[in-house]
Amino acid sequence: MPAPEPGQAKNGRPRLVIPIASAGSSAACPSEGCHTSAATAPLTEHIWQKIKDHPCYSVEAHQHFARMHVAVAPACNIQCNYCNRKYDCSNESRPGVTSEKLTPEQAALKVLAVAAEIPQLSVVGIAGPGDALANPANTFRTFELLRKQIPDIKLCLSTNGLALPDHVDTIKHFNVDHVTITINMVDPDIGAHIYPWIFYQHRRHSGIDAARILHQRQMQGLEQLVAAGILVKVNSVLIPGINDRHLAEVNRVVKSKGAFLHNIMPLISDPAHGTHFGLSGQRGPSAQELQALQDQLEGGIQLMRHCRQCRADAVGMLGEDRSSEFTSEKLKTIAINYDPAARERYRAYVEQERADQRAAEQQQAQHHVASNLKTLVAVATKGGARINQHFGHAGEFQIYEVSASGARFVGHRKIDHYCAGGEEEEQAMPSILNALQGCTAVLVAKIGRCPQNELRAAGIEPIQDYAHQYIEASLLAWFQQYLERQTSDNGSRVA
Amino acid sequence: MAYKIVTSACTACGACEPECPNVAIYEKSGMFYIKPDKCTECIGHFDDAQCLASCPADCVVIDKSIARYQPRA
Repeated sequence: MPAPEPGQAKNGRPRLVIPIASAGSSAACPSEGCHTSAATAPLTEHIWQKIKDHPCYSVEAHQHFARMHVAVAPACNIQCNYCNRKYDCSNESRPGVTSEKLTPEQAALKVLAVAAEIPQLSVVGIAGPGDALANPANTFRTFELLRKQIPDIKLCLSTNGLALPDHVDTIKHFNVDHVTITINMVDPDIGAHIYPWIFYQHRRHSGIDAARILHQRQMQGLEQLVAAGILVKVNSVLIPGINDRHLAEVNRVVKSKGAFLHNIMPLISDPAHGTHFGLSGQRGPSAQELQALQDQLEGGIQLMRHCRQCRADAVGMLGEDRSSEFTSEKLKTIAINYDPAARERYRAYVEQERADQRAAEQQQAQHHVASNLKTLVAVATKGGARINQHFGHAGEFQIYEVSASGARFVGHRKIDHYCAGGEEEEQAMPSILNALQGCTAVLVAKIGRCPQNELRAAGIEPIQDYAHQYIEASLLAWFQQYLERQTSDNGSRVA
Repeated sequence: MAYKIVTSACTACGACEPECPNVAIYEKSGMFYIKPDKCTECIGHFDDAQCLASCPADCVVIDKSIARYQPRA
């Protein structure tokens, strides 16, 4: 297979669904610009340029790029029943948690320090620990400093939407390309069960009044952002018994108003966090419930399935958190030598990798097989779109649904480290097997003999054959072999 | 009387500070305080005391040791 033409590599873009059948099928399209499938709308070149380096807006980009949140926005203007910002723990990874709040000047310094250390850094977001737009002075001062200091970084913010309509012009002014609004309902009756109160126009509103105002402001803000050409991601917290049946309606409404991406996040409700839901016994959804809802919503607005629900001071690739390396204390001792060229070189490297990855997929796609079989496969990766992590070091597995029509990322499952050392190994295996439930195989860079046997005993095939190769192309290659084995098994049974 | 912040319950988020119509709230060493001589309990400004209404930690209380604010006639 020849390498793709340079022009082709430049214009081509990875898709969320990678079709195996590229020739002769009705989906085949001569233009690189329209990879249409039932599940995903085509990305225009314009949008691809906006999202290709943003790990949260593109599942493909999250294999290559890192983000950081700067915690400059401690205040919030609403109370949510799933949130309690009193709690702080550096080992806790969930939204609204931070170890220290920063001034805009401290935040700008921290961004430089991280950019010097992590060339994958492409996005700086403000996600609390309160609400970015309930702290407009801090938020926009931070953006102002960053625009001057590191102009090629993407800026991003997340908000509950209450103050959003007042700030869309300023958001546009700082060239913030991406805004996330948390929208848990489009029906104030449901909202009243989620938000005990809001603070709006010098008054505390509660009950259905509060939910009605919040809803109206969220919709207005969403429309204004879309009109301003800003990409909007909608986050919804899935709360069983409260909005689980309602989120399809939320999905429909935000799609009709022009949101770009919908991220359904499972409620985190641990009594130890001290949230209202945690203390009142409201349960979070199971992984299966979450996936069932996501599958039900496939075909509408694009879904984000790779969210890690990160902290308000998270640093690094989505699956990792390096915030503890960049505390204010440590920053005092680090000499910051930021060189913008390093990040530029990294971006060029990623473009080359993307071209190679596409070439590998296209080569694989030539061996088309016809089958209705679908199966889940887990992958251990450190990023870079490659199978490059040791089984024992994986903190999570990425789960793909593989079929003749392609490899589709469906989510990630967290586990405790297998190589925790000593006796813990035996305790970790049940948690891993639980995480791998429903998977036919797990593709890893390397795996020891003992866990291999345990996996086989549980009906999961450990595969090291594709170590350090590209994930998607490897999944397709594995799937072909898998199908051939299935067919020959069936054949021998018939004979 | 005036309002005061119960510092042990305060998360120092600063939500109250910009809301005060009397600029009575200030930050010192990472904690927030209300100057009692400046606090008017928002009488004449708003129906709700702004610090109380905006506080996510419900840590603003009335300080009974201070005489109630008397708006000028």
